[in-house]
Amino acid sequence: MDYEQAKRKRARNLKLWLAFLLAPPAAILIIFVFLPMASAVLYSLYDWDGLVRKDFVGLENFADILLNPNKNTLLFNAFWNNVKVFVSLMIVQNGIALVLALLLARNPRGYRFYQVVFFLPVILSTVIIGFQWKMFLNPVFGLVNKALHAFGLHDWALPWLGLPETALPSMLLVNSWHWFGFPTLVFLAAIHRIPKDFIEAARLDGASEWRIAREIIWPLMAPAVTIIVVLTFIGSFNWFEIPYIMNGLEGSPQGSTDMLGLLFYRTAFGSVSAGGSDFGQGSALAVLMFIFIFVFSIIATKYLTSREVEMS
Amino acid sequence: MEKKRNAGFETWLMHIFLVSSAIVVLYPIFMMVMSGFKTNAEIFGSPFALPKNPSLANYAVIWNTTDVPRYLLNSAIVTVISVVALLVTGTMAAYAISRYKFRGSIMVSLFFLAGLMLPLRLAIIPLFVQLKAMGLVDNLLGLIFIYTAMSLPSTVFILTGFLRALPSELEDSARVDGASELRIMVQIMVPLITPAMVIAGIYNAVPIWNDFFFPLIFIQTPENKTLAQGLTSFFGEYSVNFGVLYAGLTLAALPVVAVFIIQSKRFIAGMTAGAIK
Repeated sequence: MDYEQAKRKRARNLKLWLAFLLAPPAAILIIFVFLPMASAVLYSLYDWDGLVRKDFVGLENFADILLNPNKNTLLFNAFWNNVKVFVSLMIVQNGIALVLALLLARNPRGYRFYQVVFFLPVILSTVIIGFQWKMFLNPVFGLVNKALHAFGLHDWALPWLGLPETALPSMLLVNSWHWFGFPTLVFLAAIHRIPKDFIEAARLDGASEWRIAREIIWPLMAPAVTIIVVLTFIGSFNWFEIPYIMNGLEGSPQGSTDMLGLLFYRTAFGSVSAGGSDFGQGSALAVLMFIFIFVFSIIATKYLTSREVEMS
Repeated sequence: MEKKRNAGFETWLMHIFLVSSAIVVLYPIFMMVMSGFKTNAEIFGSPFALPKNPSLANYAVIWNTTDVPRYLLNSAIVTVISVVALLVTGTMAAYAISRYKFRGSIMVSLFFLAGLMLPLRLAIIPLFVQLKAMGLVDNLLGLIFIYTAMSLPSTVFILTGFLRALPSELEDSARVDGASELRIMVQIMVPLITPAMVIAGIYNAVPIWNDFFFPLIFIQTPENKTLAQGLTSFFGEYSVNFGVLYAGLTLAALPVVAVFIIQSKRFIAGMTAGAIK
């Protein structure tokens, strides 16, 4: 009897204890993440006047964004620019990272030094890096053009951020400079996890470094590649800070650096070109972006995971 | 013989590539720091030369006449409180999920992990309306709540991994000795996962310190601006004074870089924690 009572009391205390542990974090997560995410869907179905919710309009906001020719040209232009960002970063940023990871995996002199140096830009705020390079790329006073003039390459000294042809590539190089250390060290960690005997055995058999990289290291580092591809994808389609800081909210010049993130901001909070703020259409755009990023990430993860091989 | 010379050439190529990559990273940072000690005339006239009379005049301007010190303080407040809050709440959730068997525990852990998939920026509009109603717009507390909430899923994810790996003998013997659950958690188990807490802390602290997006939308008055956001107004004010701007960027970069140099191993482990399994 006493024993039973004590057991019940303990069980009740344990329940209280678990509730005490779980309630605060769950409440914070619900209020500041789940509730707003769910509300975004709801918001997109209404007409809005500033902060005031008006009539239920169904999918009208979505139709307007996607089908209204005044709006969808902006949307498709921004989307296409995001595609360019993703493809370029995959090639430049992650390509350089892969080469550097393969080199560092051979444990060269200065291994620790390189790790720290390559990671240094990663820890800095995008705002700092954006402004720093905006100053370097200043057509008259910037270091880049000063250096080009100093080397006699006067024709090369372009207003890098002012031309539609060079603005986005410049920003992509800046972004690669900022982030390449991250995939480098993720790839490097993956290569280090490959059992040493695999590589040693191939080397003893006289395989070239290139063949070892292509036929042993590359397939066995597939999980890291999966993660980096998905993260690059998510980052590319949420790209906001660099274009915002370097060339402003309008994606100038001539929309060449316009991104979905900038378009979303202009639609939601208003701007010179978009006019006043429109929470309904802004939310609709956010929902579309979320669905696109989510679906693509799932498909990419599925596909990329299927080519991963088990090591043991 | 032929083979060896070939290997030597390859090694040289490797070193050249690595050294030039390091220069590409370090030289722009060096130029930024160095230019902060120069006058505007020097920056425009002899941009690549070392400062003739290295001076702290630009820093004096920043310290005495701009809001940058205030921005630094605000960022420090927001980051420190958010990290403490996310570690405390994250540890509570992770501990409940990983150290107890209870009905629905899988659902609870899925609930926390689902947050990993949700990009909160896309919910910025409802978040704005909600924070406005709660009186948290233009308020550092609003940012602290958002950062804590955003960081909870990754913190719970990292910490449950470590907590699950701890043997249960420790708790069992303490329980037999009559220790309360709270005491077991705080005095026995939590000290064992401090390395994981450091990793989770760094993983979230760096993006919080560097964040620009949420303050851009939620903070309006200069006294409440954080560093990353405040830099944009600072750039508007001093747009032609490159010396002051370079000094401002250097100053803004200094705190994170200093910690990074001292703790580079932990930093790298922490920031890549989500991507390396």
